[in-house]
Amino acid sequence: MIADTETKPSSVLTTAPDFGATGLPQWYQDLQRSAWEASSALPLPKRTDEPWRFADLKRAAALEAFQTAASLDEATVKGLIVRSSKLEKTSGKFVFANESLAYADRPEADGLICLPLAEAVEKHAQLLQEHFMTQDATLGSEKFAQLHKSRAKSGLFIYVPAGVEITLPIEAYHWVSGENSSVFPHTLIVTGENSKVTVVDYYGSASESEAGLSCAVVDLVAGRGSKLRYVACQSLSTTSSNIHISSTLASADADVKSLQVQIGSAWSRTESVSHLSGKGANSDMLSVSVPSSKQQVDQRTLQHHGEAHTTSDLLYKNALYDQSRSVFAGLIKVDVGAHYTDAYQTCRNLLLSDEAEANSMPGLEINADQVKCSHGSTSGPITDEDVFYFNARGIPTETAKQLITYGFAAEVFGKLKHEAIEAMVGQLVEEKFRQLS
Amino acid sequence: MSIEISDLKVNIGDQPIIKGLNLTFPKGEVHAIMGPNGSGKSTLAKVISGHEDYEVIGGKITMDGVDLLEMEADERSREGLFMAFQYPHEIPGVTNANFIRAALQARLPKGEELDAVAYYKQLYAEMDKLEMDRKFTGRAVNEGFSGGEKKRNEILQMAMLKPSYAVLDETDSGLDIDALKVVSEGVNRMRSPERGFLVITHYQRLLDYIVPDVVHVMKGGKIIRSGDKSLALELEERGYDWVLDETAA
Repeated sequence: MIADTETKPSSVLTTAPDFGATGLPQWYQDLQRSAWEASSALPLPKRTDEPWRFADLKRAAALEAFQTAASLDEATVKGLIVRSSKLEKTSGKFVFANESLAYADRPEADGLICLPLAEAVEKHAQLLQEHFMTQDATLGSEKFAQLHKSRAKSGLFIYVPAGVEITLPIEAYHWVSGENSSVFPHTLIVTGENSKVTVVDYYGSASESEAGLSCAVVDLVAGRGSKLRYVACQSLSTTSSNIHISSTLASADADVKSLQVQIGSAWSRTESVSHLSGKGANSDMLSVSVPSSKQQVDQRTLQHHGEAHTTSDLLYKNALYDQSRSVFAGLIKVDVGAHYTDAYQTCRNLLLSDEAEANSMPGLEINADQVKCSHGSTSGPITDEDVFYFNARGIPTETAKQLITYGFAAEVFGKLKHEAIEAMVGQLVEEKFRQLS
Repeated sequence: MSIEISDLKVNIGDQPIIKGLNLTFPKGEVHAIMGPNGSGKSTLAKVISGHEDYEVIGGKITMDGVDLLEMEADERSREGLFMAFQYPHEIPGVTNANFIRAALQARLPKGEELDAVAYYKQLYAEMDKLEMDRKFTGRAVNEGFSGGEKKRNEILQMAMLKPSYAVLDETDSGLDIDALKVVSEGVNRMRSPERGFLVITHYQRLLDYIVPDVVHVMKGGKIIRSGDKSLALELEERGYDWVLDETAA
């Protein structure tokens, strides 16, 4: 057993972080320490855990191999900064490489706070204490959420005061570099009354040949009447692991649209929760994944309607190539008294190979009246009739299939109604197609 | 210069649908095929355009002397054949403009890019003629289109692709009279000595607007009678049974 402890001295899963070494304020260190205790006390997911049905548990167990990310040399960091250039026009851009801030173009607006997490915990302790990880992870990844909390030091805290509109998107890049390196990027966005902001997170690997881990938590706290758009683009190396735990808390008349784009990683587990907590609140939950080879996407969602007159609309699409695999488990939960709820949930899987596999588990739990709810899930290949219409116009079958698949995906990201982001995501999808053909 | 169909025999599964059909329609002419339901009209359209569900067990189809049956559907289209679908397919997420653009791009030599500016100019011009709103360029192909909008969209594609031969399968179905006029005018504008049309219809009504040079009556998988446009009027008046009776006699 001695050999065992020697071979895994720095596993992020089993070794306590060096809390003091971060130099972060004491209150935050204390919070991280108790999160670590909570995380280590929780077991790894088991076959009998309902939230892990159909999941690849070997992948969750293999997270033990990941270690704390090392600091990077200047050349590597420079290279990553150069690669951090997705959107042409932004109001701010931040690049984190192995959790260290490598570049910052700070957005400026009246009263806007947009800071790397490590700075925010210093300067805005009160706001952070009020909002930082106040939503418990309830869809299976409690252990990993606590693990994240015990280690989070990179990512952004964004606070948009009442009435402030940030027109161009704010971008954050989260790079992981080194074999078995891990990063724990955090995103916390708090919007004041009638404010407006769009934020894009990118999760990427420095090298396609290295396996890394990104274990991110994203909390969107949308104030009354605010408009919040959030995009997570995951294109980690195809041997990497990804955990993305996100929550949306929408107050009265808040309108939140969030989009997950999944291109890379061997295994990606996403858990997304929307709490609709005020009359007129809306949350659109969008996701598009293009897994190939043996990639797996594992998606768990909850649309929780806690108040009357709230709406949510979920559209998850997976275009599955080769021997890839998807799991979708979604629940719409309408609380007692949450009358006049409109909640929709759709999962569509396009099977582009006979060996691809899609599992869908939609669910409804309705405890109120005058509710409009629907859920649906479909899985199937591109039909001959689809292709024939293209062929009849002279378009070859291969091109037809690519256009159909692109269209399948584009229908999702078109719903953001943001031209520049649509084009950027479209490019990511097309790049994936090029790798496949 | 024509499409020539000789002794064509087609099965769906074990079921014979087309049973030794002969038909020639040359460039510069409009031929109409009329016939009762189940006569094999739509099957003929699909077989000409290359749909794989239909098994050709005998006969030949040539286009300007080239064997069509040896070609895939997309090759036939690029060679100059067009079919307007009875039920145009919906393609979620692919915009109309991108779809037609891909069709034109497929006709260019490898490495050559379609001129986007010229393309949109032409697209808008053709849409205006068909009284189609510009918003249809950005909408997903046929998705949520009304019956009339779908048929206009078929004619738009034909106008953009400029085929040598066009087969219109029940283009009048689902159209109100205004849409029927617009669609027919679209077809009539394209009539030329360089282009042949085969118009498949159940009703004579369409042929008031697209006046045919030749009318064929199809029944039981064969052409049983051919004549000029007056044959269509006679069919409208007397139904199909008299042709069958005469043929039997």
